[in-house]
Amino acid sequence: MVEFTLWDILRNLLLAARWTVLLSLVAFAGGSLVGLILLVVRLTGMRGADLAVGGYVRLFQGTPLLMQLFLAYFGIALLGIPTSAWMAAAFALTLYTSAFLTEIWRGCVAAVPKGQWEAGASLALSFSEQLRYIVLPQATKIAIAPTVGFLVQVVKGTALASVIGFIELTKAGTMITNATFRPFVVYSFVALLYFVLCFPISLYAKTLEMRLNAARG
Amino acid sequence: MRIQLDFVAVLSQWQLLLEGVAWTVGLTVISAGIGVLLGIAFAWARSHGPAWLKWVVGTYVELIRNTPFIVQLFFVFFGLPAAGVRLSPETASVIAMVINLSAYATEIVRAGIDATPRGQVEAALSLALTRAQVFLHVVLPPALRKIWPALVSQIVIVMLGSAVCGQISTRELSYAANLIQSRNFRGFESYLVATVIYLLLALAVRELLNWLGPRYLFGRAS
Repeated sequence: MVEFTLWDILRNLLLAARWTVLLSLVAFAGGSLVGLILLVVRLTGMRGADLAVGGYVRLFQGTPLLMQLFLAYFGIALLGIPTSAWMAAAFALTLYTSAFLTEIWRGCVAAVPKGQWEAGASLALSFSEQLRYIVLPQATKIAIAPTVGFLVQVVKGTALASVIGFIELTKAGTMITNATFRPFVVYSFVALLYFVLCFPISLYAKTLEMRLNAARG
Repeated sequence: MRIQLDFVAVLSQWQLLLEGVAWTVGLTVISAGIGVLLGIAFAWARSHGPAWLKWVVGTYVELIRNTPFIVQLFFVFFGLPAAGVRLSPETASVIAMVINLSAYATEIVRAGIDATPRGQVEAALSLALTRAQVFLHVVLPPALRKIWPALVSQIVIVMLGSAVCGQISTRELSYAANLIQSRNFRGFESYLVATVIYLLLALAVRELLNWLGPRYLFGRAS
């Protein structure tokens, strides 16, 4: 039988944590992109856009992430596309992230006074120019803190990808537990590694928030 | 190719789904009740307690908020037995949900407590109310009223999070969906039905709590 020292456990968990980080980054980048597109679609005031995007947001906020992962996993396979746990997880987490980010950002855009849009319009700026040069720069400033804060939710969300068989930190913890029969130690390490990943982000988000509040007086 | 969906195969197992819903709702009600009470107690400790207690509660809150629920659940269910505490899946689920919710509720309730104007506390103290009376009757009700929407959202999040409890074989809704798909191989349909039920549950719980709160917990805003 192979003996696992504490260092072996930690080393293997650290190796698996790379996948947690990678999946988080992919979901966050993809989610930002989709979220931004949805935000712009909503802001154009196209007929039904607000209703459709609002429904999309409520759908993802009102159902468990775990179910979204299962639906992606089985749904993609149903379409006849060969799928993997990695693809399904990246897809589901991207959509999940986009729904939350587009809603957060909508609030940030709404926080920019309406007069700013109107001032832009009175200078004959087109909608896209108003958005790009007047509103988004101001909204971005407000958006950074809650966006960074949401990154923590994404990192924690990736833990659920373990359930559909994607080998990241949590799944590695389960596998190592099955090999070593030391669940207490292994899951303590797993929790610790998530904490090490998430806590600095949480602190950074809090600092940004305080700085923003100070700047606004 | 044609995609054939068969919902009848899933819906014919409605007893399993119903049992799953009952478990999900039951787990949520119990852990929301205990979790919110604990959250209020911790919030009090964090804003009024001695320095060491503030530190302990603060550490607890940060530890829980920065780790995934599924890891907390696995730690309680798989980790604690190694330390001599043996738990049924249902008990482990409730404990994990309570731990999770109480940490978030602490932060939410504390925000409400901190928003109480100092003058109100001083006025109550000058009327010879004890510290406990001031907290329970003067500080807490308006604080709860202010943060109720956030607290309701958090309870809904915990309910949706409870889908993970099926992984340790708690017989809640996602477990039922999994059981059904393992019987008829209708994975997509079975999880889709479960997802729709979760969505309806989330709407119902939100409506119910938004109605209950002002009516029974802290009175309407005057």
